[in-house]
Amino acid sequence: MLCSLRQLQLHDKATIVTISAAGELGRRIRDMGLVPGTEIEIVGRAPLKDPVALRLRGFTLTLRNNEADFITVQTEDHCA
Amino acid sequence: MNTCRLAFAGNPNAGKTTLFNTLTGARQHVGNYPGITVERKEGQLRHDDCDLAIVDLPGCYSLTAYSQEELVAREVLVNERPDLVVNVTDATKLERHLYLTVQFLELGVPLLLALNMMDDVRARGLQIDQQRLAEGLGCPVVGVVARSGEGRQQLLDSAIVAARQRQGGWQGLQLSYGPDIDPVLEDLSNRIAAAGLLAQRYPARWLALKYIEGDDQILALGQQTDSSLSRQLEETVDQLREHCLKTLNTFPEAIIADYRYGFIHTLLKETLTYPQTTNRLDVTDKIDQVLTHKLAGPLLMLGLLYAMFHITFTLGEYPMQALEWLFGLIGDGVRALLPEGHLQSLLVSGIIDGVGGVLGFVPLIIIMFLMIAFLEDSGYMARVAYMLDKVFRTFGLHGSSVMPFIISGGIAGGCAVPGVMAARTLRSPREKLATILTAPFMPCGAKIPVFLLLIGAFFANHRPLIMFLITLTAWAMALLVARLLRSTLIRGESTPFVMELPPYRWPTLQGLLIHTWERTWEYIRKAGTVILAISVLLWTAMTFPSLDAGSLATFDLQRTTIAQQLDDSEARQETLAAIDRAESTAALKYSFAGRLGQMLEPVSQWAGFNWRTNIALLGGVAAKEVIVSTLGTAYSLGEVDVEEADSLVERIQQDPDWNQAAALAVILFVLLYAPCFVTLVVMARESSWGWACFALLFNSTLAFALACLVYQTGLRLL
Repeated sequence: MLCSLRQLQLHDKATIVTISAAGELGRRIRDMGLVPGTEIEIVGRAPLKDPVALRLRGFTLTLRNNEADFITVQTEDHCA
Repeated sequence: MNTCRLAFAGNPNAGKTTLFNTLTGARQHVGNYPGITVERKEGQLRHDDCDLAIVDLPGCYSLTAYSQEELVAREVLVNERPDLVVNVTDATKLERHLYLTVQFLELGVPLLLALNMMDDVRARGLQIDQQRLAEGLGCPVVGVVARSGEGRQQLLDSAIVAARQRQGGWQGLQLSYGPDIDPVLEDLSNRIAAAGLLAQRYPARWLALKYIEGDDQILALGQQTDSSLSRQLEETVDQLREHCLKTLNTFPEAIIADYRYGFIHTLLKETLTYPQTTNRLDVTDKIDQVLTHKLAGPLLMLGLLYAMFHITFTLGEYPMQALEWLFGLIGDGVRALLPEGHLQSLLVSGIIDGVGGVLGFVPLIIIMFLMIAFLEDSGYMARVAYMLDKVFRTFGLHGSSVMPFIISGGIAGGCAVPGVMAARTLRSPREKLATILTAPFMPCGAKIPVFLLLIGAFFANHRPLIMFLITLTAWAMALLVARLLRSTLIRGESTPFVMELPPYRWPTLQGLLIHTWERTWEYIRKAGTVILAISVLLWTAMTFPSLDAGSLATFDLQRTTIAQQLDDSEARQETLAAIDRAESTAALKYSFAGRLGQMLEPVSQWAGFNWRTNIALLGGVAAKEVIVSTLGTAYSLGEVDVEEADSLVERIQQDPDWNQAAALAVILFVLLYAPCFVTLVVMARESSWGWACFALLFNSTLAFALACLVYQTGLRLL
């Protein structure tokens, strides 16, 4: 099912469907390899629940929840 | 060809600088690109019969114009046209690292792909077909291990061969970006080529691509060069943008990125083989389970930061004292050699004390940067930012702001000089500026004697409580002012946090030492010269104009009278010393600084500062250490030792100008007012002189307003 990247739980796996961020944020997200079709896995959350850490293309990336809102994913796990 | 100019480029954490250090060793030079704080590192080496000059470009993820690092990398490639670009990549994360590679190929620079961390690749059981990769990319590929130097010979051999083959010629890779972009790209590049727009600097197709991506720098350049053509081009791109939004619900630059990744993906499918086993938890994941754990993570972090701070300042104490002793010795020597007078005073109080003050910070900077470099190179710093980001973002800062704050005195007793320098680790310009401007609010080691003096005089029973409240006030002010600045003068969206958590690694000793030495030397060189000039200036302000002949004669007359009247040698000595002290007070009062202090009294008394306090606070702009000793001179106590300020405590307690409200006002003022000159110089280095002057004025005004508030309220309540 489709949901926002923010809603994923720890250890959930998903595939990126769309990224709606424009401008600098959009570019940063793309530069780091987050483009449609990329498979990701949530590997951690900071002690205050934000930012979130994800694994993709063999490396680990962090982004804030309000940045994750721009990313829609397809997942077999349940959306929160 | 006997010389060859190489540029090292790549993502942050690709091991680019490690490779650069391995190859050039100590034969390197660090400077700055004009006008910005991005470092320019250059090094030389000789390989076979060829002299190689290498420039290490700042690490970047992309070749757009969003950050200073990216702009610099692009400008160097275009303006200096190196014979070969060595693109250093982390071969275990090839898919992402190749994104930058593709952009180099689009630009068309002569390229060599260095696959770094081949040892990790082997350990993980990955297999890379280097020959097919080279064919696919159209550039030579060499595997290396930067940390051990493996592959060094082959890298240099191939680099020289490749540079000689290409003869500096550029040849852009013509990727397809799909049916929506390609026709427009073709059309734009034809129009650009026909008009010869910026033809000496950039290839036409690359320019067209940048127009479609909406690259600010290229758009501005186009406007300047040929505004009518540029406007037409932009119109075409606007139509394309609209079309993409309407039909595909996306942006042209996003489509371009998709096709770049598509190209990389296809290429890697043929050249990269993953091991059969499913991915197990690697060491980094195991460490992170503890170090970024919900509870243990923050606790360990606090412990580590505290330990680091403690080590810096306890370990730094010894060499600092040794330096102080050494400069005291030199001062005494000069005093003994030269006759008393202005020259002696200038050399001892102006130059030797000034230079000694600057060099006194060096041990702190060395130790602190060794530790920061360790935390950064090991990968832990990124975790600190990750764990604390939520807190600092609330105030418009970044998770990485914590380090500068703590070093500046967030745990009382730090120093803003290394603190401001530590803000370099922030890659977000607005957050970095806000951090630099607010870090000097922290109670640094030089402010503490002032606090101890005043607490001792008026709040002797509440020493720990008041010290704790001071630290708390500093944090509150730093965060609140940061918030204020970020919503006014440094307004703007927070820089995206999208950041890599690099795998944990043991830093190389060579890397740590080079890094630390660069920072230290830069500090000595830049701060040294400016501080010397300012010390001399301040000495002048506190010495001239000297007392007129009449007053001098009066003091001399007093001395002669005493010498004649008193026989008891002890009493005579004491009275003579008292006259000397009265003379130096009179001289200080008569000097520029003294006059300024008196002139300011009508205003400063709103906050409860008398002219003596004013002079001390003015001197404190040079260095906060000066405040207590200047206060001593102003109260005719001669040189007051910071450690034994008892007599000064009594004098202040007896002075009717002082009371608890005034003490609190002065404490608050000293905590918040203008950063000392060394800090200001460092702030100017890290931002600009404009912002350093802003800090000087803004912090002093803010501090004064709050001091007035506290004094006036205090008078009515206490």
